Amino acid sequence: MKSLILFFILITLWLLMSGHYSVLIISLGIFSCAFCVYVAKRGKLIDDEGLPIFFIPRLLNYLIWLFKEILKSNLSTAKVIINGKVEPETFTVKASQVTDVAKVIYANSITLTPGTVTTKMQKDIFEVHALNSDFGNDVRTNEMDNKVTWLEGKK
Amino acid sequence: MELILDIFTGICFFIGSLSIIIGACGLIKLPDVFSRIHAAGMIDTGGTAFFILGMIFQTGWSLITVKLILIGVFIFFTSPVTSHVTANLARQKNILPLGKKIGKIL
Repeated sequence: MKSLILFFILITLWLLMSGHYSVLIISLGIFSCAFCVYVAKRGKLIDDEGLPIFFIPRLLNYLIWLFKEILKSNLSTAKVIINGKVEPETFTVKASQVTDVAKVIYANSITLTPGTVTTKMQKDIFEVHALNSDFGNDVRTNEMDNKVTWLEGKK
Repeated sequence: MELILDIFTGICFFIGSLSIIIGACGLIKLPDVFSRIHAAGMIDTGGTAFFILGMIFQTGWSLITVKLILIGVFIFFTSPVTSHVTANLARQKNILPLGKKIGKIL
C-alpha cells in the first residue's frame, strides 16, 4: 500500500518536471519510478520515517501558521539587525513529540524561523540559540512544540 | 491586468531584495558565528520566498510555476539543515556562544 503511494508521488513529480508527454518518455518514467520503489522496498526504507504520510491531513494548517511565524520573525530580525541591540542567549527546551520525524520537524521549524537556531540535540532536549530575549520567549512558551505535537497526532 | 501583475512583482522583488540587503549587513555586523546564522536564515527564508512569489506572478499558471514552487519547497527543506550543521559544528569545536546562558547547556 505504502509503496503504491510512493510510486504515485514519484510519477506525479516526473510528469510535472518533464513536460513532455510522448509514449516513450512516459513509459521511461514509469519504468524508473517502479525501479526506485523496488530499490526502496528492498532497502526497507518505506516505513513511517521514510514516507511520513500520517500527518498530511493536518499539514496545510501547520504550514500556514509556520509561514505567518516566519514572516513575523523576519520583520523582528530585520529590526534587531538595524537597531544593533543584540543580546544573544542560549537555553534548552524539551520536545514532547514521540516519533523521530516529528522531532526533526520541530527542530527544523525552530531553525527556519529567523532569530532562533537549534545548535545541539540529545534525545528529546534541544539546545536553542536566540538572538534576543523576545525570540527566546517565543520558543519557551512551547506554542510551536504544541503545534508540532498536534501535527504528529499520536497523543 | 498586466500592469497590476507587474506592480505586484515589483513590490515582491523590492521586499525580497530589502531583506537580502539587511541580511547581508547582518552577516558583517553581528558579533559571533551563532548570531550570524540568524542573518543568513533571513536571506534563506525572506529573500527567496519573496523572489519566488514575484516570479510566480510573472509566469501565471504553467509548468514553470510548478517548478518555481518546487524550488521553494526544496530550499524550505534544506536551508534549516545547513544552518543547523553550521551551528552544530561550531558547538562541537567547543565554541561557546556569546551572551547569557539560561540553565544547564548540553
